[in-house]
Amino acid sequence: MEKQPHYYIYGINGPVIKVRGGRELPRMSLVYVGRQKLFGEVVSSSGEESVVQIYEDSTGLSAGEEVEPTYRPMSIELGPGLIGSILDGIGRPLSRIEEMAGPFIARGMNLDSLDPEKKWDAEVLIEEGEVLRPGQIFAKCTESGMIEHRSMVPPQLSGRAVDVRPSGAFTVGEPIAYVEDERGRRTPLTLAQRWSVRTPRPFASRRSIDRPLVTGQRVIDTLFPVAKGGCAAIPGPFGAGKTVVQHQLAKWSDADIIVYLGCGERGNEMTQVLDEFRELKDPRSGRPLMERTILVANTSNMPVAAREASIYTGMTMAEYYRDMGYHVALMADSTSRWAEALREISGRLEEMPAEESFPAYLPSRLAGFYERAGFVDTLGGDEGSVTVIGAVSPQGGDFSEPVTQNTQRFVRCFWALDRSLAYARHFPSINWNNSYSEYLTELMPWYAENFGADFEEIRGRIMSLLNEESSLMEIVKLIGADILPDDQKLIIETAKVIREGFLQQNAFHETDTYMRPAEQMAMLRTILRLYDSARALVADNVPLRMLQETGIFAELERMKFGLGAGTTAEEYMRKVDGAVEHVRKLNS
Amino acid sequence: MRIEYTGLSEIRGSLIALDGVRDAKYDELVEITLAGGRRRRGRVILIDGERVVVEVFEGTDGIDMANTSTRLSGKPMEIPLSEEILGRIFDGTGRPADGMSEIFADETRDINGAAINPVSREYPRSCILTGISSIDATCTLIRGQKLPIFSGAGMKHNELAAQIVRQARVASDAEGEKFVIVFCAMGIKNDTADYFRRDFTESGALGRTVMYLNLASDPIIERILAPRCALTAAEYLAFTLGYHVLVVMTDMTFYCEALREFSSSKGEIPSRKGFPSYMYSDLASLYERAGLIRGRPGSVTLVPILTMPGDDISHPIPDLTGYITEGQIVLSRELSQKGIYPPVGILPSLSRLMKDGTGKGFTRADHPDLSNQLFASYSEVSSARSLATVIGEDELSEGDKLSLKFGSEFESRFISQGMYENRELEQTLDLGWELLSILPRSALSRVSDKVLDEHYKGAE
Repeated sequence: MEKQPHYYIYGINGPVIKVRGGRELPRMSLVYVGRQKLFGEVVSSSGEESVVQIYEDSTGLSAGEEVEPTYRPMSIELGPGLIGSILDGIGRPLSRIEEMAGPFIARGMNLDSLDPEKKWDAEVLIEEGEVLRPGQIFAKCTESGMIEHRSMVPPQLSGRAVDVRPSGAFTVGEPIAYVEDERGRRTPLTLAQRWSVRTPRPFASRRSIDRPLVTGQRVIDTLFPVAKGGCAAIPGPFGAGKTVVQHQLAKWSDADIIVYLGCGERGNEMTQVLDEFRELKDPRSGRPLMERTILVANTSNMPVAAREASIYTGMTMAEYYRDMGYHVALMADSTSRWAEALREISGRLEEMPAEESFPAYLPSRLAGFYERAGFVDTLGGDEGSVTVIGAVSPQGGDFSEPVTQNTQRFVRCFWALDRSLAYARHFPSINWNNSYSEYLTELMPWYAENFGADFEEIRGRIMSLLNEESSLMEIVKLIGADILPDDQKLIIETAKVIREGFLQQNAFHETDTYMRPAEQMAMLRTILRLYDSARALVADNVPLRMLQETGIFAELERMKFGLGAGTTAEEYMRKVDGAVEHVRKLNS
Repeated sequence: MRIEYTGLSEIRGSLIALDGVRDAKYDELVEITLAGGRRRRGRVILIDGERVVVEVFEGTDGIDMANTSTRLSGKPMEIPLSEEILGRIFDGTGRPADGMSEIFADETRDINGAAINPVSREYPRSCILTGISSIDATCTLIRGQKLPIFSGAGMKHNELAAQIVRQARVASDAEGEKFVIVFCAMGIKNDTADYFRRDFTESGALGRTVMYLNLASDPIIERILAPRCALTAAEYLAFTLGYHVLVVMTDMTFYCEALREFSSSKGEIPSRKGFPSYMYSDLASLYERAGLIRGRPGSVTLVPILTMPGDDISHPIPDLTGYITEGQIVLSRELSQKGIYPPVGILPSLSRLMKDGTGKGFTRADHPDLSNQLFASYSEVSSARSLATVIGEDELSEGDKLSLKFGSEFESRFISQGMYENRELEQTLDLGWELLSILPRSALSRVSDKVLDEHYKGAE
C-alpha cells in the first residue's frame, strides 16, 4: 500500500494557511487543520505547497501541526430539519453549538447541519423494483406546519429500487431503500443527501419568467416588480433601510420558502429575525413565519472565510427546496460584505488587485451567484424557482463602486435606496427616479390577468405624474409653489398623495405593513379618479384651492390606514366624487 | 520550558523577524528582552516556515539585531481581570498606569474575545434615558446597543459623551441596578483624557469606572490593543459579574489610522484611502462585542466617538462604522456654529433599535409618533430655508413661514440644552408636542387623528 503523505502547516497568515508535505491537494477540497481539526478549504495549490483558507480563527495554531485531507469538496447535508433552523456560514447549526459551547462560539465544532438523532415520520412513495430517475421523490415527511419535505433521489443517481422499507420513522441517515445500478452496485437512499455548495444543483430546463413575486409592498408590486426566478438588488447607504426592506420581503412575499442570509451583518438583526419570525404569522396560512424560513447567520465578527462561503451555503439550500417543486426566495444581506470577504482573502493570498483592490474575478463570482437564480423544470418533473434579492452596501452610498456596478450587470431589477428620502423618513426609501425593473414586459400578461387589464396604463400614468412632479419641483425650489398655475399645482398635489399616501409604507404599522394587490390597485384608481375630476374642475376655471379645502387630498393620503381599518375602496371613490360634486355646486 | 532565542534577522517599522523558530503559535504573546535588560512585549502575526514575524507593542526604537533575546509565551495576549479593576487606570495593554500595583486576578482572558452566538443574543429593548432631548426623543439609546457619535474636529463630542455618562439611567428598572463605565482612550490628547477623568471624579463616577488609556504619544500598536482590552473588561464585568456596562471609546478615527499605519508597515495591499481591506471586519470585531446575552443579567452598551475627517460622512471610517453600528448620532457643524449645544443633527442621526424600545409599554405611547412627526416636520424646514434665501422670507407662503418658525424654535428650545441640564422624558415629549403645535394640524400627516386629539395644542 502506498504510504499516506503527511501534510503539515508550514505558514500562517490570519485565516490563510500554507500546507506542505505531499503532493498538491485538490483545489476546493476540504481539510482539517491542526490538533483542533479546524475546517478549511484548499484555495490554490502549486507544486508541493497548497494554500488553505480556514473557516475559524487561527489563534494558537503553530507550524508543523498536522493537516488532514479529505479529498472531497466542501458540502452540506440537505434534508428535513433545515426549515426553522439557524445555521452558520458553513452550515453548522448554531443552536446545537450553543448547547455545546455556551453563548460564545467555540472553535473546532465539526457538526452537520441536521440533527442525526431525530426521527421523521416518512411516507415511502416507491415500490420494490421500481426504476428510479434522478430527482424523483421517493419519500415525504412533514417538516414543519407549512412545509412538506420531499426527499429526492440525488442527481446523477438512477437504477432499480431494492430493499425498500415500509413507511415509518427514520433518522436522516437511515437507509430507506437502495438504488441498484446495472452493475449491481448499491447506493443507499436516505432522507438527507449531501451536495457540494459551490456546484449549482442540476435541473431539467430553464423556463421563461412569467409571474412576479408578490410582496405586498406597494412600491415594489406596482412600480418595480421582481419576477419569481429573477434577481433584484437593493443598494443603499447605511440607514437607508435595506435591512427593513429585506425583512419585509422575507415576511410578506408569496414565496413558499425563505432562505434569509445574514452575511457579515449585525448579530442583533439575526436575533430580531429569529424572535419576530417565531411570533409573526404568514398571511396565507396563518402559521408562524419561522415554519417556512431558514436562517444563515454569519455575522460581521464571525470568521471571514465562512462569510465568503455563506452565500453558497444559502444558495444550495434554496436550490434543494426548488428541486422539490417550491418557490424559494433567497435574501442575501449583504452581498457587499461577501465581496469584501473575497477581497480580504485575495489580499492575504497576495493576488494582483483590480478596481478598489477587489480581486479581478469579482464580476465572474457575482455572475456565478446570480445566475443560480431561475425558474426551472426540476429533474423530478415539477416546477420551482429561486428568486435572489441581494442587498448591496456601497461605500459612502456611491453607486459607482465596483460591487454595485457589477451587480447591476447581472440583476434586472434595481431598487435604489436614497439617503435623502431616508432623512425625510420616506420609507421604503426606494427612489422612483433611478430604480427600474426590466421584468415588467414579461410580467405584463400576468398583471393584466391578476391586477386588472388597466394595470399598464395606470402604472404609466403614475410614473409620469411622479416624473412631471420632479421637474416641477426644480422650479418650485426657485420661486415657490404659489406662483404655479392650477394645473401644475394639481400635479404637485397629486404626486404628493402618491408619494406620501401610496409609496410610503410603514413597515412597523399593524395593517400598513402588507397590502393586498387588489387594494393597491384600488388606491391607485382612486387617486387617478381624483386627479381626473380635479383636472376637469381646473379646466372649468374652478380654483384648485376650493378642492384642497375639502380635505380630500389629505384623506387619500391616509387611505392606506382606512383600508386597513375596514373602510372599503368604494367608499373612498364616493368620497372623491362627493368632494368634487360639492365644489362644483359651490361654484355654480 | 520555552526556548529563548537570541538575535533578530530583520527589523522593519514596528515588526521584528526571527529565523529558526520551530514552535511558534499564531497570535501568541512574545517577551522581548533588550540589550540593557529592558523588556517589551509583542505578538506573533505571521509564521512562514521557520521564520516568525512579531509586532512589538512599544515599538522597535532602541532594539538592536544582535543583542535582543525573545521568548515565546505559548499563550495569546491576555489581561488579568477581577472586580478590583473598577476605579483603576490601565495603559493600552492592560498594565496599571496609575502608579498602583497589579491587580489580584480572578481570571485572565484572551483580549480577542469570541463572537457571541446569534442564537444566544437577546434583542435589546430597554431604553436608556440620557436626559438629552435630541437623543431621548428622536435617537433613543437602547441598552445593549452600539451607537456611535459622529463628530468633527472642534465640536463638543467629549462634553456630550461626558453628559451621557453622567445622566444615563434606564427607564424601566428598579433602583440599585449595577451600572459601571469602561472608558477607552485611543490616541487622544492628554487634556482630553484629563477632561474625562476630572468629569468622572466630579460626578462621583470614578469609583465605578475602568479606564484604558492610550494617549497620542503612546505607541500605535498599543492603540490597536487598547479597545480590545477595554471590551474584554466590559464583557467580564457584564456577563460574568452582571453589571450594566457603558463603554465610551474615543477616538475611533485615531484607532483606524493606527490600523492603517500598521497595515502599511506590514506591506499589505491598501484599499480605499489607504486603509486595509479588512477594516470592516476589524471594526466589527470591536463593535459586535456589544449586546445582551439571554439568561445573563448584564449588558454592554457601546458609545464610540469618531471625528469625521473633513466632516465627510462618506469617509471610510464613519462609513464602515455606520454599516456595523445600530444607528449614529451625527453632530452638525451648522448647529455648532450657531452656538447650539449639543449640536445633534437630527436628520442624519438614527437609532435603529428605538422602534422596538419606545412607545407603549416602554416609554410613552405617543413617543414613536412624535419622533416620526418631528423628523418629517424638521426635514421640511431646510427646504423652506433655502427657498427663503432665494425669494426672501416675506414672499414665503404662510405654511413655509410657520415651518421656519418651527425650525428655529425647535433648534433653540428642543435641541439646545445645558451641559448639566437633565430633562425628564415627559418634559422632552411635551416640549416636542408644544413645538409641533406651531404648525397647522393638517401639516402633521404622520400622526393619526386620535393621537393629535390628545396632544395637539395649536389652533385648528
